[in-house]
This record gives sequence, C-alpha cells and structure tokens, in this order.
Amino acid sequence: MTDTNISFVRQEMLQGQTPPRGERGIIRWVRLNLIATPVDAVLTILALLALAWFLPPLLNWLFVDASWVGPDRSVCATAAQGGIQPENWSGACWAFVNAKFGQFMYGPYPLDQRWRVNLVGIMFVALLIPLLMPKVPYKVPNAVVFFFVFPIIAFFLLVGGWFGLPYVETSRWGGLLVTLVISFVGISVSLPLGIALALGRRSKMPVIKMLCVIFIEMVRGIPLVTVLFMASYMLPLFLPPGVSFDKFLRALIGVALFASAYMAEVVRGGLQAIPKGQYEGADSLGLGYWQKTGLIILPQALKLVIPGIVNTFIGLFKDTSLVSIISMFDLLGTVRQHFNDPNWASPQTPISGLVFAGFVFWIFCFGMSRYSIFMENRLDTGHKR
Amino acid sequence: MASQDISPGTDSGKASLLNDPKFRGYLFQILAVLVIALLGYWIVNNTIENLQRARLATGFGFLDGRAGFDISSSPYLTYSSDSTFAKALLVGILNTLTVAVAGIITATILGFIVGIGRLSHNWLIRKICTVYVEIFRNVPPLLVIFFWYSGVLAVLPQARQSVALPFGTYLNNRGFYVPSLILGEGAWLAGVAFIIGIVAAFFVKRWAHKRQMATGQPFPANLTAIALIIGLPILALAIKGFPLTLDYPILGAFNLKGGSQVGPEFISLYLALSFYTASFIAEIVRAGIRGVGKGQTEAAHALGLRPGTTTRLVVVPQAMRIITPPLASQYLNLTKNSSLAIAAGYPDLFAVGGTILNQTGRSLEVVVIFMIVYLSLSVLTSLFMNWYNAKMALVER
Repeated sequence: MTDTNISFVRQEMLQGQTPPRGERGIIRWVRLNLIATPVDAVLTILALLALAWFLPPLLNWLFVDASWVGPDRSVCATAAQGGIQPENWSGACWAFVNAKFGQFMYGPYPLDQRWRVNLVGIMFVALLIPLLMPKVPYKVPNAVVFFFVFPIIAFFLLVGGWFGLPYVETSRWGGLLVTLVISFVGISVSLPLGIALALGRRSKMPVIKMLCVIFIEMVRGIPLVTVLFMASYMLPLFLPPGVSFDKFLRALIGVALFASAYMAEVVRGGLQAIPKGQYEGADSLGLGYWQKTGLIILPQALKLVIPGIVNTFIGLFKDTSLVSIISMFDLLGTVRQHFNDPNWASPQTPISGLVFAGFVFWIFCFGMSRYSIFMENRLDTGHKR
Repeated sequence: MASQDISPGTDSGKASLLNDPKFRGYLFQILAVLVIALLGYWIVNNTIENLQRARLATGFGFLDGRAGFDISSSPYLTYSSDSTFAKALLVGILNTLTVAVAGIITATILGFIVGIGRLSHNWLIRKICTVYVEIFRNVPPLLVIFFWYSGVLAVLPQARQSVALPFGTYLNNRGFYVPSLILGEGAWLAGVAFIIGIVAAFFVKRWAHKRQMATGQPFPANLTAIALIIGLPILALAIKGFPLTLDYPILGAFNLKGGSQVGPEFISLYLALSFYTASFIAEIVRAGIRGVGKGQTEAAHALGLRPGTTTRLVVVPQAMRIITPPLASQYLNLTKNSSLAIAAGYPDLFAVGGTILNQTGRSLEVVVIFMIVYLSLSVLTSLFMNWYNAKMALVER
C-alpha cells in the first residue's frame, strides 16, 4: 500500500454557495411577503395606494402643519376665522393642548395644591413599578403597601382637611386624576369581589349560588351608563333621609360593582378550566374549603385567566370615560369641556383635543395589554396546549 | 365503660353539628337570606319614606301623559310632542334596535375582513390590520363617537356645498341624504314574493342536502337560493309593471329637498360602534381560525381537497364553533354600548328615558324600564346564540 492518495474524493467541506439572488435578502422578503401570488400583488398595490392617499395628509395634519405653541385661538384659525393661518390651512392645534395641559391632568384642582396630586402620582409610580418587575424582591410587603397603605395616604392627601391641608372637595377633581382614581379603585375592588362572586357562583349552596347568578347576570345585562345612572339617581333614594354621600363615591361604587360582575365571569372561566383531579387531590390531602381554594385552585385558575383579567382592567379603564355622562369630568369630559372655551374655540380645537385624549387612553391600555402578554409568557409553565 | 361519665348524646351532637358541612351550609344560607331580606326591607322602607317626603307619586300611570318634547329621529312611527311618554319610549327602543342591528352587521363584516387580514401572508395587509385593531381596541368607545361626531362629521361642508356621492346621494354637515323609495300600487306583491322566495330557498337547501347525503350528487343550492330570493320579487314587480319610484334628493338654494335624510347623530354613533366593535371581532376571528389545528388543513389536503374547499368545509365550520360564543358577547356589548347615543344626541332608549326622567322625576320607574328592556334584549340575544351554538357544537360519540 502506498501513501499516495489517488482518490478524488474531496477531503474538506465545500463552502456553501450563496442562494440565488431571488432567494435571499430583501428580494426574497419582498417576494414572499408582498408579491407571493397575483392576488397578493394586487392587494399590496391597493394597500400602498391607500397609504399614499391617507398617510401624507395625516402626518401633515399631525406634525407639519400643526401649530405647537401660541397664546390663544388665533394660531389655530385661518384669517377668515379671525386667526393668523393662511386660507385652507388645516393642522392640529397642539397649542390648545399645550395651554390646557394642566387642566387636562388635574381638572379644576386648586393650582397651589397640585403638588399633592403630584406626590400621590410619584408614590403610585414608585410603588407600582417594582411590583410589576418580576425580578424585584419583597413582593408581599410591596403589595400590602400598594393596596392597603397607599390608598389611605392618597385619600388623605387628595381630599385633605387634615394635618393642615386645605379641604378639596371631589367636585374640584378632574382630568386624568379622576380617570386614574376611578380605575385604580375599580381595579382593586373588582378583583377580590369578582373572585368572591365567581366562587359563590360555583358554590354548592343553592341560595348563595342563586344570589351570585342573579347579581352577575343582572349587571352584565345592562349598560354601564344605566348602572352609573342608578348609582347617581337611585342610591340617594335607597338611603335613609338626610344621609347622602359624595357623587364621586357613588360613581366609584357603580364602576366597581359593574366591573366585578365581568371579573366574576372571567374568574369562573378559570375555575372551570381546572381539572377535577386538582379538587379531588386537595380533598384527599385533607384540605378544607378555604385551604383548597386558596392554595390549590385559585393560583392555577387566576394564572390561566390573566389575559381575561387584564382585558377587564382595560375595559374598566376605558369605561371610566362614561362618568362624563353623569356630569363628572374625567380626562375625556375635561377635554370636551374646554372645547367651548371662547379663547380657544376653532374648527381644529375639538379634533386636536380628542386625538390627545385618545392618545393618553391608548398609551395606558396598550401598556396594560403588552404587560399582560409579557406576564402570560413568563407564567406559562408549559401546561397550555 | 368510658362512656359512663360523659353523656354521649350532647357531646357527639355538639361536635357533629358545628363540623357538619351540611349543617354549616344551611346556616350560611339562612344567614345570607336573612341579611339580604333585612337589606331589602331597609332599602324599600327608605325608598318609600324618601318618595313620601318628596311627594312623588309612583306607578307607571305617567306613561299615558303628554310627552311635550320632540325627538329628532323617528323613522318608523309618527311622533310629535303631543304623543304620550309610552310612545316616546317606544321610539327610543326602536332607535336603539336600529343602531344595534346596523352596527352588528357592519361590525361583523368589517371584523371578519380585518381578522382574516391579520392572518394574511401579505406583510403590508397584516400590519395595516394590526394597526387598526390596536388603535380601536385601546381607546374608549365614547371617544370614538366624539371623534366621528365633532371631529369628522361636523367638519363636513354646509348644505349648500354638499358633497355629491354616487347613486344620487349627498353628504353634508346635516347628515347623509339618500334617495327614498316610494312604493306604488301593487308593490306589496314583491314583499310577498320575497317571503315566498326565502321559504322556497330553505326547502331547496334541505332537499339538496338530503340528496347529497343519499346519492353523493351535489346540487347548486346556494345559487338557486339566491336566484329564488332575488328573482321572485323582481318577477313580481315585472308583472305589476315596476310600481316603484325613487325620490332623489335635489340640491336647492339652501338645503336639499326630497329623499330621506340620515342624521349625523345616527351616522357617528353607527360608525363608532361598528369600528370599535369590529376591532374586537377581528381578534375573535383571528383566534378562531388559528384555533383550528394545522392537522385539520393537512388532513384535508391529504384527502385531495382543494384549498378553497378546505377552507369552506373544514376550517370555517370548526372556526365558527370557537368564534360564536365570544361573538355573541360582542353583539351584546355593542347593543349595550348603543346607550352612549346620548353623547352624540341620538334619541335612543337611554336618551329618551333620561329626558323623561328630567321632566317627570320618576327615576325609579325609568330605571326599571331601562333594566327590563336591556335585560330582555340580552336574554333574547343569548337565547338565539345558545341555540345557534348548540346547533354548531361538536357532536361527540
């Protein structure tokens, strides 16, 4: 045997060839994602045409032609309307939003007392962010402070009347402050109440079950406006003569009860999805009802329905805007209230204000939904199909 | 022996009573009933006392009184301020139903288009649909109504500079003007023919299904049904010599004359409810289609079904099963959200009831009417949807 290698078998791997030009990079992406079939190509062209027709005017209106700062309505009105803009001008009136920003945030809250709202806001953010980040420790004390201590401090700070703080009645609250207070209270009341209602609906005691079913189905069958209407017109009728309580509190009760009925149905979905073996396993370990529910069933059930719970939260947050129908002024109500300000009334004012309010609502709701997706992925222990 | 000094009856009885889940269950329930009864008694007592103190009469007798206010939109009934409160409420209910039905139809169509668009292979279409869904899902419906009302429709030109649209319709800041249909002599025959067409189509479909089950021979039942439903009325009209005339709106010096007008209140509410609910329906549709396992499509392809047939016979029926229950609750939500009409000034049940409440102060009765109407609407919708759901449900061995 000689060592001479006469084989023409290749010893080393050949470098992979680059794919043909149509199969790589941007060309491949365009071919697969935009013009895969003739129908696709037509759709792409139509969509591009629609965008070309729609986007430039929108961007112009939002940014290019918009008037950003100014003392009064003249910057947002054309010459014919008594302003300084050229004829046929159309742009967002951000100057209006700029000038009214404080009002939109705090409503008619006294100017020199706004620091109290700011302080509550800072506390809220400082407590909420560590609670939302999974890696930060001390979740339990944090949650206790957030849900039990913080509301009390916030109540005294916002309402005042103690410790030398001047009293600010709730009719002077407004704007984003009202939106956030109603949604925070609604969220923190409706979750425990909804869980209780859902457990009641699954209870083996017929009377308890019936009561819960009646409450849930009644509330779910009527619109929130009707519930708010009831809370503001009927609640005073139900109370002993002479006893009346704050309009704001009545709206809060209405919103919280309404949301808890929806929450109950979401939680019930989770309870029903828990396999029977879990209940039986807990029974065979000798756990009582509350131990079984609190340690075995609820942790699994709630984890399953996180998306539903957050959707209810988002719905509640959006629904707070309805309090403007019973003449309370949340963010949307405050924005609308200022359309009529003679200093700023112009054809562009309403739509600019609405776009701003919509943007604020959108940020909160979108943030919540993204966070729920994040939590869902984190808590997914692989039991889901 | 050991039981000498313990009286057995009392001891075992005491222990078993408190630890007996059955007994405790009864105890809790009796307590709950007592608490609720006391609360109810207290509320009723307070209400009676409050009503007496305010010298308010109760009862629904006031419904026969003269309403004394105008309603801007009453397409089905002739209503004037001399009509009764009951009639005003009826107009409100009909208006609620109108906007709810119109909104449901549009929202379903738009929602299905967007939902399917979100699953498109086309990147651009997918992104546009996603942006649509994410925008409308995350803003309050009230804001969408205001957006259409004061943002878009109020900016439209005055009546004199109406925008002319195809088919003789006009758009201005007073609403949308469409030609109105004037029925002549004998037009009722077309209506009868329409109903006959629907009934005949139903029987044709049943017969075709039976035949295909028995012989395997397909029959173009859908085409026949469409031909029957559209063709019969046209035939009836042709026999009578087309007794229909269209009253076109004509642009006058200051206003449009003729035709029928759809007010901006209705348009803004209808568009807002449709656009808002469509974003939720889109998500439901997407989830439903994705919920059908890939194996189903692959198995259908393996059986030699074409893509179109696969979608129609395999994917859609299974997806509908997932879609229907949440779709029903979206329909209910839309109906309930139509109570936001008050924000756009559209006289639906809630707005009319609110006016009556302000005029008569009968808060109790008005709220009871609200609850009855909305609850029965939601019960009716859920009954229908439950029936449909049961029909579509998976029949397992």
